Amino acid sequence: MDVQKIIHEQVTSNPVVLYMKGTPQMPRCGFSSTAVQILQACGAREVLAVDVLADENIRQGIKQYANWPTIPQLYIKGEFIGGSDIMREMYESGELRQMLAEMA
Amino acid sequence: MTLADEIQRRLAVLAPEQLELIDDSALHAGHAGARAGGKHFRLTIVAAAFAGKNTVARHRMIYDALGELMHRDIHALAIQARSPEEL
Repeated sequence: MDVQKIIHEQVTSNPVVLYMKGTPQMPRCGFSSTAVQILQACGAREVLAVDVLADENIRQGIKQYANWPTIPQLYIKGEFIGGSDIMREMYESGELRQMLAEMA
Repeated sequence: MTLADEIQRRLAVLAPEQLELIDDSALHAGHAGARAGGKHFRLTIVAAAFAGKNTVARHRMIYDALGELMHRDIHALAIQARSPEEL
């Protein structure tokens, strides 16, 4: 199956998807660690965390999918939200918590 | 020309009023990306071109300006992008 199709399937069939390096329990990059902490602080549940280090096709494919060169990447309801800087700004403004609360 | 110089040169297309680029690589020494030679930077940039654009659009403008540097030489780039009115 084409990697772009796999990614599309992941982000559209799960409400919240975080592409990251490592796992939420053991992030392997500071930016991914920040992203996980922000989602936890927002009380997000049902987050699918995809470890891009476990799959080189996903790691490269995700950069093309959203035309975004860096990881982590957050998707909500299939929509690309941003990377860790954007997550931090949206967390500080309260916007991210609100988006996640609306899904519950 | 250092990588930092090259980044600043490419970002000139955005006509920044302020630009601060900090090389954070030393903080990430020993990290897998750092071992591969990629550099970590922190960028603060103020440009009129960002006015009326959301954060995703602003970051994309920066990534576009940096082109292949983003895929090859830069391991991580933390961005704060503001328009002059937001200062």
